Order: sequence, then structure tokens, then C-alpha cells
Amino acid sequence: MLQAINLHLWRGDQPVLRGVSFQLAAGHCLQVLGINGAGKSTLLRALSGLLPVEEGSVLWRGTDTRLDRHAFHAQLAWMGHGAALKGDLTARENLRYSAGLRRALSAAAIDAALGRVGIAAPDPRLARQMSAGQQRRVALARVLLLACPVWMLDEPTANLDAAGQAFFALMLTEHLERGGVAVVATHQALGIDARNLQSLELT
Amino acid sequence: MNGVGDAASGTGVAALRAGWLLMRRDLRLALRRPGEWLQPLVFFLVITTLFPLAGNAEMSRLRDIAPAALWVGALLSSLLALELLFREDGQDGTLEQLAVSGLPLAWMLLAKTCVHWLLTGVPLVLVAPLAATALGAPVAAIPGVLAVLLVGSVALSLIGAVGAGLTLGLRRGGVLLALLVLPLAVPVLIFGASATARAIALEPFTAPMYLLAAIAVLSATLAPLAVAAAVRISLE
Repeated sequence: MLQAINLHLWRGDQPVLRGVSFQLAAGHCLQVLGINGAGKSTLLRALSGLLPVEEGSVLWRGTDTRLDRHAFHAQLAWMGHGAALKGDLTARENLRYSAGLRRALSAAAIDAALGRVGIAAPDPRLARQMSAGQQRRVALARVLLLACPVWMLDEPTANLDAAGQAFFALMLTEHLERGGVAVVATHQALGIDARNLQSLELT
Repeated sequence: MNGVGDAASGTGVAALRAGWLLMRRDLRLALRRPGEWLQPLVFFLVITTLFPLAGNAEMSRLRDIAPAALWVGALLSSLLALELLFREDGQDGTLEQLAVSGLPLAWMLLAKTCVHWLLTGVPLVLVAPLAATALGAPVAAIPGVLAVLLVGSVALSLIGAVGAGLTLGLRRGGVLLALLVLPLAVPVLIFGASATARAIALEPFTAPMYLLAAIAVLSATLAPLAVAAAVRISLE
């Protein structure tokens, strides 16, 4: 479903990605490993199209993603370093104004997603009053709400406690069972069925 | 063919809805922290009242410098608010989300720029009668002065948004932002001040006003595309 062919990317005269290739079938997850600075985030940004690659191509269902960027992005749930939450909005408002931009969402759907990630629905707190782990959970709720077949997640379990990590493993498993694909950059064990897991070590 | 058209109109409606939602979000955020947009407004009032204090307080002299004072004040205060336009969204990852959302980025950023204008341009026009009167403009001239500022502030917000997009990735982009935006804003300043001068002298000011409106329309057409390109580059 998702395929990368020989991706090359330089930062200045420093090569970051040197011929990265992989192929992900429906229901599979790619875990991107590598020491800090190995280019895990760069790879994710290149796959998503945020960062143009110098060589190679990313194929989604056999079509180069650069040919129809909007169509590919409509299928993509992205989670970057930042939680992309507004400190002065509540969790519910944050989701309404971010995931809600792409899909019409009812208040009940948002509350259900927040409930799943372990945030009691009518939480009156503003996002800046939440802990880093709770903000991460809200960002995960956004990924759930977008209901996209492709997930690209950069360190999704950072700041999450054991229960949060267990929940992430569950939501990832369900996503893969529905036939989605995921690219996850993290060092932590993902806790999903090894048959669905591919890993890519960047050096 | 029909299917393609339907799909296109579907995404068009979705983009309209998303733009409206994003505007509502920015307005709600602005309501929760009014300081951000009140500061440039107060700054505008302070600048325009400094002119009579620093110069000759004689009414006829004041009237001569009134257009310059109003427009320099409007330009600087709009510049003051520009830095905040995309900065926070860039830092917390919101722009990244928008860039890979499949929604037309130019349109979404235009929605943000509209809110910026509503929060900086419109209040400026609302307090301008105060500043204009303080600078000796006759009461009969006030509607003309306001109309010129209203049109000019649209152009200033749009041109400024391009600069804000370009300096997004820089840690201290404030000075660079001013250097980028001020030269581009010079035509707005020239035609705006000249239209204001004529309005204050109670002469017809349609000629410079039309040119100003032309600049506003041109920037409304081209600026969103430039802003989207600038933001994409800044996100790399």
C-alpha cells in the first residue's frame, strides 16, 4: 500500500537519508529505529511530503504521492513533534478545531475519542494546564478521529505512562486490523503482533 | 466529467467549512488573550498622539502632518501584530498539521490572515476618528479617512502575511520581518497617505483611493499563494 523507493536526502552537504526503501502491505506497521540524529523524523517528514526528497519516490497505492499531494494527505493522519494543541483551548475545542477541519465531527464523537484515550470528556482544563503526557493523549485522540488509512507518528509514546503505552499498542493493533498502515518512529517496543511489524534501522 | 465536478465542488465546500472553522478558532483564541491585539491598537494611538506633542501644535500645521502620522502609525502597528500571525501555529505544529491535511493551504492561511485583519485592521479603523480628530482633521473628513484606512489595512495585512510566512522559521525574525515588509508596503503608504491628505483637505480622493483598492485586490489574489509557498518552505 505504501512504498518508498530509494529515498535520498541531504541537509546541506550532509547526507541524511541514503537510499531508504521499504514496502508496507495493508495491515502492516513500519517501526523506524536509529540513534538520535539518525534521521527518523526527517524520514517521516519526507514520507509525508513536508520535506521534498532529492531522489526517489513515495508511492501510495501505486501512485507517486507528489502527483496528487492533496489526495494522499486526505488519507494521512500525521503526528509530529509538537502536539499541535492550542494552550488556551480545552481538549474538546482543540479537537473540534483541528480534526474537525477535515471531517465534520459531532461533540459526542469527540468526547468518545477523548474517553478512549483516558481523558474524562467534559474536562474543563485548558490544554496548557494539562501535563505533557495528557497532551500527547489528546494528540492521539486526534489521530483516532481523523480515521485515516495511513498513520505517520513521530515518537507517539513520548511522555506516556505504562497505561498510555498499552493503550497506544491497542489502538495501533486495531488500526492494522482494519487494514491501515502505520509508520512509527520510536525506540520503545510497540507491543503489537510481530507478524505485522517491520523495522527499519537508520544509520 | 460530472463525477469530477461533483468531487471538486465537494472539496470546495469542505474547504469553505474548514476555513470558517479556523477563523472561529482564531477569534476564540483572541478573545481569551485580548492583550495580543489590544497592544498594537494602543501603540497606534500612542504614535499618532506623539506627533502633535513632538511637533508644532498649531492646528493648520498638524493637519499637514496628519496623513503621514496616521499612515506611519497604521503601518508600524500592523507590523507589530504580524509577528504573532503564524509564529505560535508554527511552533506547536499546527501549521504542519494544516500542510498535510489535504486542505488547500493557501485558503486556510487566507482565513488566518482575515482574522488578523479583523483583529488589527478593523479596530484601527474604529479608533482612527479619535486619532484623526486629535491631529486636526475636520469632522466632515472623518468618513473619508476611515474608508481609506479600511481599504489600506486589508492590503497591509495581506502583504504582511507574506513576510510573516517567510520569517516563520527564524528565531528572532522581527527585524527581518520589518525589512521585508516595509519596502513592499511603500505603495500602500504612498497612495494611502495621499488619499488621506485629500480627504482631510475635503477634496475628492477617488484617484489614489482606486489605486489603493487595486493594490488591495491584487494582494488578495496573489498574497495567499505566496504565503502558502513561504510557509511550506519554512516548514521544511
